[in-house]
Amino acid sequence: MKLSSLFRICFEFFKTGLFSVGGGLATLPFLVKISDRYPEWFSHADLANMVAVAESTPGPIGINMSTYAGYFSHGVIGGILTTLSLVFPSFLVVLLVSKIWEKYKKNEKVQKTFSSIRAAAIGLLLSACFSVFVAATFPGTVGVSAISLERFKVTYFMLFIVFFILMNNKKLKKVHPIAYIFIGAVVGIVFSL
Amino acid sequence: MKKVFELFYTFFKIGLFTFGGGYAMLPIIEREVVDKHKWSSKEEVLDIFSMSQCTPGVIAVNAATFIGNKIGGIIGALFATLGVVTPSIIIITIIAAFFSNFAENEYVIHAFGGVRIVVAALILKTCINMFKSAIRSSLQLGVAIASFLTVTFLGASPIIVVIVSGLFGLFFLKLPKDKEADEIV
Repeated sequence: MKLSSLFRICFEFFKTGLFSVGGGLATLPFLVKISDRYPEWFSHADLANMVAVAESTPGPIGINMSTYAGYFSHGVIGGILTTLSLVFPSFLVVLLVSKIWEKYKKNEKVQKTFSSIRAAAIGLLLSACFSVFVAATFPGTVGVSAISLERFKVTYFMLFIVFFILMNNKKLKKVHPIAYIFIGAVVGIVFSL
Repeated sequence: MKKVFELFYTFFKIGLFTFGGGYAMLPIIEREVVDKHKWSSKEEVLDIFSMSQCTPGVIAVNAATFIGNKIGGIIGALFATLGVVTPSIIIITIIAAFFSNFAENEYVIHAFGGVRIVVAALILKTCINMFKSAIRSSLQLGVAIASFLTVTFLGASPIIVVIVSGLFGLFFLKLPKDKEADEIV
């Protein structure tokens, strides 16, 4: 592994930490973009696998994702350094903001800026969702631009619909994502997906 | 010095025992920070949470930095932050090493084939939940749609999208009259 590649992935994760706003999966759209630029590091399908592991293990999802992605592409040191790179910008920003928080939180301009960024974050996550959807239902496809209908698997799509309906069922809303991920793994083995 | 290690240990536990991050962590942070250590009040923790959502980065980590800074200055912030990320680094490294040994295993490959479908559905559900709680105006809806389209189909960088939509909000967005300020996704 080259040192320059390690430095580059740290810089990419530093940028991700600086610009991802919102909880949980907010880092995912940035990681999808990194995968587009550096396909040798990890694919969209790898990212989908990482989301599953990150959701099923303790700790903040964004941190789990970055450790996994760093380990996956650059080994143990990569996992540690990408995670620290992701955390570093927000560490500085939080130290700064905590000094001015009382003024900052009531400032109308700040609120306007962030309500817009939060709206954008939803669009970004939906975009990441689309990439994962393509990776899941068009197996073997690399990137959204390479979609071909020949790869589309109707069974996979039907399973997606079934899982989505189950998750939104009122009685099943409390079921933890880990349970679905586990069921998904079993279904995958049974149907040889 | 004792305080610094206490911060590290407390946030290490928080990182170790919460699944899902963000909101899942709120009750545990509250129990450890408010009830057990009396480092701050319940209201303050809620305030810290809304701050953590308005600053870039991972919410739980931001909350750790903020609380650590409050209790023990920059050194406190450093130890609280490292405390909350250390369990993830250890656990994920072990799991990733485990899976990389079985990456060629037929069953693991099939299992992940199924898991990816679930993950796509889970993310879509998260999007819908975020949408319900954050979108209050047609302008916000426009921002969400535009960022989806530009990133998905034009290959725009999410960083540019965040900057542009932030500026757009600053100049064009109108805040709803209700007290939306504290309800943050």
